[in-house]
Amino acid sequence: MRVEAKVLLGLGLFFGVMCAVYWNWSLENAGGVMMFAAMLLCFLPGGYYYWWSRRMKARPEDDPNATQEGGAGVVGAFPGTSIWPFTLGMGTFFVVLALVFGIWLLVPGLGLVFWAMIGGTAEGRRGGTH
Amino acid sequence: MTDVLNPPVHIESHDHGHDEHHGPTGILKWITTTDHKIIGLSYTVTAVIMLVIGGAFAEIIRAQLASPNGNLVSLAQYNELFTMHGSVMIYLFAGPFAFGALANIIVPIQIGAPDMAFPRLNALSYWLYLTGAITMLSGFFVSGGAANFGWVAYAPLSNSINTPGAGADLWIGGLLLTGFSAIFTGVNLCATIFYLRAPGMTMFRMPIFTWNMLVTAILILLAFPVLTAGLVMLYCDRHFGTHIFSVAGGGVPVLWQHLFWFWGHPEVYILALPFFGMVTEIIAVFSRKPVFGYKGMIFATLSIAALSLGVWAHHMFTTGVVLLPFFSIMSLLIAVPTGIKMFNWIGTMWRGEVWFSTAMLMALGFLFTFLIGGLTGIYLASPPLDFFTHDTYFVVAHFHSVVMALVLAGMAGLYYWGPKITGYLLNEAIGKWQFWTLFIGSQVFTFPLYILGLEGMPRRVAVYAHDAQWKALNDLSTLGAVIIGVSTILFVVNVVVSWKRYPAGDNPWDGHTLEWFTTSPPPHHNFYRLPQIRSERPTWDYNHPGHQALHHGQYDEPSQPAQEVPVP
Repeated sequence: MRVEAKVLLGLGLFFGVMCAVYWNWSLENAGGVMMFAAMLLCFLPGGYYYWWSRRMKARPEDDPNATQEGGAGVVGAFPGTSIWPFTLGMGTFFVVLALVFGIWLLVPGLGLVFWAMIGGTAEGRRGGTH
Repeated sequence: MTDVLNPPVHIESHDHGHDEHHGPTGILKWITTTDHKIIGLSYTVTAVIMLVIGGAFAEIIRAQLASPNGNLVSLAQYNELFTMHGSVMIYLFAGPFAFGALANIIVPIQIGAPDMAFPRLNALSYWLYLTGAITMLSGFFVSGGAANFGWVAYAPLSNSINTPGAGADLWIGGLLLTGFSAIFTGVNLCATIFYLRAPGMTMFRMPIFTWNMLVTAILILLAFPVLTAGLVMLYCDRHFGTHIFSVAGGGVPVLWQHLFWFWGHPEVYILALPFFGMVTEIIAVFSRKPVFGYKGMIFATLSIAALSLGVWAHHMFTTGVVLLPFFSIMSLLIAVPTGIKMFNWIGTMWRGEVWFSTAMLMALGFLFTFLIGGLTGIYLASPPLDFFTHDTYFVVAHFHSVVMALVLAGMAGLYYWGPKITGYLLNEAIGKWQFWTLFIGSQVFTFPLYILGLEGMPRRVAVYAHDAQWKALNDLSTLGAVIIGVSTILFVVNVVVSWKRYPAGDNPWDGHTLEWFTTSPPPHHNFYRLPQIRSERPTWDYNHPGHQALHHGQYDEPSQPAQEVPVP
């Protein structure tokens, strides 16, 4: 976790320095704001990882001497199959087409999006498909 | 000697076991799958189709330019073709092929993970990519035709007065969908690499390809939201009466360029870094050596990523409103980490047992072609030279050298990892023909464009001045494009000829990394067992028990592969 934190904090620091130099030198706002946002976007998860890395033991994936037995256990729950990503994708597709061909396409688009959100949430609560 | 353990990956799965997956079959399997390998295959097939479509547009463009007053297509159709050629190649082929296709399939296996961290989000990413591609390309079937403002959509050319019609809106909509697809893939890759590595797979033992994909994912998360915001603003200008990019309403047209290129230049590295990673893996395996300067490669990748966010306005030198010294210095600095990579690739081959397989030849072709593209990029980082060559064919030649290098690297990746994905090798003889046609075609295609650019031929023109030399150079470039087309046909022929013909075995190249430890193709959730991981080459350590696991900076004597390699 510590390396992950250092990577993100290091990038954030670089963007911060670059932002300061650029903004002061150019007085151009758009680029300055974007670099400032890039710095924040690195500091936010980087700070979170750093905070945790100081409070938890090294995970098996962070331990160079970890054995496979030591890391055995539940990795996570992985769904077998799911129709909801496809449904959500098609709904989003119709929503975007509504921007071009007419607002009526929002009806099937948002309908599919809400159906997928409800179905996907329910599937997650049930524990996935078999 | 490292021991193989019993299955260490315990998955709370709702399937009947992680080695056998009983789910839907046929088309329903492809629609409902959340398996990263099948999603990756879907990406691969879609991206290769996009390559063929984008390549067909390129062939028409080159045929039009084969004579000064070509009339193969109208001027309006030509505008649509070069816009959609760039858009298809950048948005729909190169990026999705790298971080959607190969990363999706390979990254979880390289780190010993059973799948991506968010499998359903991964599936959604693919559907957004596919529907984005359909949306963008459907512009050809609406009144007024497809988008025709260039792949960069500069304001005010892209507003509703200068570019009316549904084609432009479909382009914006398609890009929004593919943009969200990329962002979701970026989130998924970061979470997978941070949380699903196997025990012992520390960050500094990860394969370089995985490292490059991590950095690419971070870049995606930093850059793509800016493009998405810009597209929303552009749509609002076109339809809701805002004037964000129009001078008439108090807006700033050049703001679009800032937003676009703040995404656009990191995008160059979002495209390139995955291919750098592929080439690094291939050169090491086919030189029978570890990667030279492993940590140097990682820091070079991080440096490239960091610098790439500070160079966007070198695309805007001629606007006259950007800070030339800052962007020139930052752009020139990128040559340093890129040079380190080039040095390390050569260092990896140095005194190795180089095996000139098709994958290795493609990787070497990448090195040469990318060197040409990179060196001409250094010229363009200098404002005086950029003023002279801006919007000429020199720029077109520069980035086509880069992207042809990436195509070579992508092909190297397909020849290298294809057997792992499908379980079958491609024919090496046809592969070598494909390499030579692709490599020679790329150079014949791009070199005349450099000269044309230096002589002042502008880009994005359907007709040009009657000049015997310009015609000869354009003809030569068109010949190069035809040779590249032949190489694409050879690839398709190779896939057909080799279809389920040459079984690959689990580790045909004596590979180094974990994907070569599992079966070809890997089972559902990827592994029956995992080796102990004590270096960045766990599979090689396992297959060569006489050799001690190597730490950074140590090198083994080159050795023969552990098994006979079946080369068709």
